[in-house]
Formats: sequence, C-alpha cells, structure tokens
Amino acid sequence: MTARPVAAGLAIDNLSVVYDEFTAVDNVSIRVEPGQSFGIVGESGSGKSTILRAVCGLAPRTAGAVSLVAPPGDRTGALPAPGSREFRRRVQMVFQDPYGSLHPRQTIDRTLAEPLAIHRMGDAETRIERALDEVGLGKGFRFRYPHQLSGGQRQRVAIARALILEPQILLLDEPTSALDASVQAEVLNLLEEMRRRHGLTFVLVSHDLAVVTHMCERLMVMQRGRRVEELSADDLALSRVSDPYTQRLMVASRGFRRGGPEAA
Amino acid sequence: MNGPSVADMLVVDDLRVAFPNREGGMTEAVRGVSFRLGRERLGIVGESGSGKSQTGRAILGLTAPEGRVTANRMEFDGIDLLHSSARQRRALRGGRIAMVLQDPKFSLNPVMSIGDQIVETLDAHARVSRREARDRALETLRQVQIDNPERVFDLYPHEVSGGMGQRAMIAMMLIADPDLLIADEPTSALDVTVQLQLLAILDRLVTDRGMGLVFISHDLRLVSTFCDRILVMYAGKVVEELSAGGLQDAQHPYTRGLVNCLPRLGEHRHPLPTLDRRPEWAL
Ligand SMILES: Nc1ncnc2c1ncn2[C@@H]1O[C@H](COP(=O)(O)OP(=O)(O)OP(=O)(O)O)[C@@H](O)[C@H]1O
Ligand SMILES: Nc1ncnc2c1ncn2[C@@H]1O[C@H](COP(=O)(O)OP(=O)(O)OP(=O)(O)O)[C@@H](O)[C@H]1O
Ligand SMILES: [Mg+2]
Ligand SMILES: [Mg+2]
Repeated sequence: MTARPVAAGLAIDNLSVVYDEFTAVDNVSIRVEPGQSFGIVGESGSGKSTILRAVCGLAPRTAGAVSLVAPPGDRTGALPAPGSREFRRRVQMVFQDPYGSLHPRQTIDRTLAEPLAIHRMGDAETRIERALDEVGLGKGFRFRYPHQLSGGQRQRVAIARALILEPQILLLDEPTSALDASVQAEVLNLLEEMRRRHGLTFVLVSHDLAVVTHMCERLMVMQRGRRVEELSADDLALSRVSDPYTQRLMVASRGFRRGGPEAA
Repeated sequence: MNGPSVADMLVVDDLRVAFPNREGGMTEAVRGVSFRLGRERLGIVGESGSGKSQTGRAILGLTAPEGRVTANRMEFDGIDLLHSSARQRRALRGGRIAMVLQDPKFSLNPVMSIGDQIVETLDAHARVSRREARDRALETLRQVQIDNPERVFDLYPHEVSGGMGQRAMIAMMLIADPDLLIADEPTSALDVTVQLQLLAILDRLVTDRGMGLVFISHDLRLVSTFCDRILVMYAGKVVEELSAGGLQDAQHPYTRGLVNCLPRLGEHRHPLPTLDRRPEWAL
C-alpha cells in the first residue's frame, strides 16, 4: 500500500446553493474533524444531496466556502482547494442510487480504470484487483456489467471506485437505502472497516436514524435547505433533542401508527 | 391463508416466473408463490433478489419478454389474468390495477416535466380541460406533501430529489385511482416523516375506498407496523407468513436473521451481525 497522506477533515462555511430563484441550501456550515464521521438527516428535498454535490463541484456554489481541514499540529503544507484535480481525488462521493450511478454499458474494469486514468495514477492492473478485493468482490467480477450484479454488489463497486483513488474523505449519499437489511449490514461493516484501515473522514446522508447513529459521532438535522440543529449521536439515541422537527423524526422512525399524527 | 376480508380480489396460486440462463435452460426467480388478497394491506419482504418485484410484475403482466410465467391460478376480481390478452392486461393496468415501480428515475420520462406526466395520466382517465387538469395535478402534488407544487410541476426528473421522484410516481397512482395497487418500494428514498404521511394516504385508500394493497419493501420495521399480513420471501419462495406487528415473533431463522442485521438506535454493535445463509432455506 502506498503511504497515504494523513487524514483530512472538511469544513463548509456558510454554503448556499441557489437554482434560479430557488434556494436549495441556505447558509449551512459544518465542520468535520479529520477521521470523524458526520451524519446529515432531514426532510426529503431539504438539500442534503445538494450539499455533498456542491462540495464536489457538481452543484453550483452560490455563496460560502469549502475547505479541507488538516489534523492539529500538521504542517505538511498547503491543502488543495476545491475544484483542483487534487481536491477531486481526495474527496470522493458515493451516490444515492446504486442503479443509476454505474454506467450500464461499461464493465466494472472500465468503471474502475477511468478515474485512475483521469488522475494519472499508474499501476492500474494492481490497483483494480486490490480495490475489488478490498470490497469483497473477487477478480471474477472484473469483466462483468452492472446489470449482472445485485444491488449490494453494485454498491460495493461504487465504493471500490471511490476508494481506488486513495481519498481522505468519502461523501456517502444514502449508501444503503436501496439495500436489504443483510446487505446493508455488510456494506456498513465494510465502510467502517475502510474508515479504520485508511483513516478516512465520512460525511453520511441517510434518512435512517439508526444507521446514522451507528455510523456517526455527530449529525446535523436539515429542513428546507437549513440546518435545524446539530447534535451528537448519543443525544439522539437518548432522545436529548430540542427541535420539534427532530422530535417528529424520532417518533416517525419507530414506524407507522394507525391514527397517528400523519393520519390527519 | 385467508385475509380479514371475505371477498378476495386477487388470487395467486403457485406462481412461477423463470428466465433463460446461460446454460441454455431456465432459472426460476419465483418458485411457487401463493396468496390471496382482500381489501387489505399485504406486505412482501425479503432480501434483494428474492423475487418480490418479479412477483408484482407478473401480476401486472410486466414480466420481461424473455421470462416465462406459469401458475395454477392468477385471478383479479374473477378475471383470469393468465389467459387475458395483452390488450386486456393493458386496459387493466391503465385503470383498475396500478403499480408504483421500484425505480422512479427509470419509470419517469426524462424528457417530460413532472407536471406534464401527471396531466398525461389524468388525460388517460378523465375528460378535463387543460386548466382543470393542471389544477388537479397541482392538488395531487400537494397531497403527496410536495412543498411547492407550482415549482415542481415544471421540473424535469433530473431536477428533483430522490424522494420527490417517488412522490411524483405516487401522485400518478392517486390520479389513476385503482382498485388494486402494487407498490414496489414506494417510499424507500423518503425521510421517515414524509414516508408516514404517504403511508397514511395509502392506508385511507384501503380503509375508505376498499383498495387492495400489495406493499413490497425491504424495510422490515415499516412493513411490520403498516401491513395487516406479511409474506417473507427467500430465493423465490414464501418461507413464512406473519401477522401485523409479528416481526418479533418470526420463527424462520432467515426472518430472525434479517431483523437482527438492523442497526438499532442506542445500541452499539460493531460490526453488525450479518446473515449466515443456509442451503436448506432455499429448498
Ligand atoms: N438542477 C436542479 N434544478 C432545480 N432545482 C434543483 C436541481 N437540483 C436540485 N434541485 C432542488 O434542490 C432541492 C434539494 O434537493 P436535494 O436533492 O439536495 O434534496 P435531498 O435533501 O437530498 O432530498 P432526498 O432525501 O429526497 O434525496 C430540491 O427541492 C430539488 O428540487
Ligand atoms: N430479465 C431477467 N433475466 C434474468 N434474470 C432476471 C431478470 N429479471 C430479474 N431476474 C432475476 O430474478 C430474481 C428476482 O428478482 P427481483 O427483481 O424480483 O428481486 P427483488 O426481490 O425485487 O430484489 P430487490 O430487493 O433487489 O428489488 C433475481 O435473481 C434477478 O436477477
Ligand atoms: Mg438526496
Ligand atoms: Mg425489487
């Protein structure tokens, strides 16, 4: 394994994303320390995916700043700026939709070779085999097409594609919401192991509060483009929440209740 | 295996769906599924690839052309689905039977705005003026908890969030106003509060209008709290049937294993247990 640079964190300061007249993300700030795992939960359409996309330069940043955070005392030099090729290598995203995020007519091999070519990383052969191996897919999967894989296997390929560039930060958008309970457990275990092994920093979007508290130390709750509150996973698990929206989320996460408040 | 309702609107007996495999033979994806459905909520759970969607698609007549569907019986409201013509099946799909498909991004037309797609569904069901059609579409978007229907009406599928696409699909279903709805992971991309609001809509359609609902999902907690009965599928078969809320009393080691894989709020289990699949489960 090549020596990786030390862990890096992520800071988002006063980020806004506006489409035409519509404010999808409204002045949001978060700070994720190097090696930490940070969760984002909230309403559908509240801007969670848009935040991750703006960090990667896939959504327009109307206002605010995004930067990497060096570990305390680290003086290894300047951190790459958003938009630079080096930033795009160090910050990788795994998308919400395992069915749509892989190119249907590309073999897994090409899917993994492409980012290596873009970032001019040599030794593709070894790296591809090692990446498949790391996510628990053997060499046998290398020349298959996405439609020949199950949902969980596709999500493993998406994770392999992100890891192959040896990133410091993984942005995970609902990485398991399309997966069943057993495959979800396998993918979550895989992500935790990768985080430990490579000292990765995670930002994880999920609507499953149990998944977020399992994976993250801290989390932010969002509604209509804004931050509602930020709290620790322990606060959430012990119902120490102050905002009414977060309280509603907690009640809702217990499941359906006939004659519950939604029925009105 | 009788539901709470006396009249069964849907009868499925020994349904099998097979696809050609690479060896030149056929592999069964659904291997003898039987159930009856009244005016109730029937859940189907099970891991990826267990045959949930293929069961739903066979009932609708949406099996891929290379697939082969057989059954002893498959009837909707006395209509023999196995021997209906393609035209009859299409007429049923457009009217009395509806399906919310698993992947909104694939099922929505990418070059047509969300609003126009809802209006198109409406046109297929009723004679209304342009103006009235637009109002009805906006009203339905509001019903599925879309915050700003006027804005979303003009957006294209790639401009809406994952959960908004799912709600657009449900809006189209509401307009079609079916007697039988097969909903395949209809809320998997939604946050839990909106999820429950949509379930409440489906719930009212069952209770007030007597709609029959087949609710396919891998979300065990949701299905267990929402449905009257639950079929647990594994490798193309129903391995267990549970009554409402009966997830905790599941007997089959597969069902128990699935429940055990779920992370739970306030518990620290690292790594999470995974499923140790037994060959005998697939027999
Ligand atoms: N290209 C675009 N043009 C116009 N509006 C957009 C575009 N992309 C996103 N939006 C809007 O931004 C808002 C936030 O979308 P986003 O995908 O970030 O939501 P989300 O919180 O990830 O929701 P979900 O949980 O449903 O995935 C939505 O109202 C969406 O319609
Ligand atoms: N056109 C096809 N050709 C060959 N096999 C197919 C085809 N369509 C589906 N299958 C297979 O049928 C099996 C059942 O698939 P199905 O889509 O019903 O699973 P599911 O239970 O809905 O899973 P998920 O939770 O991932 O949606 C799978 O093994 C799948 O690979
Ligand atoms: Mg999203
Ligand atoms: Mg399916």
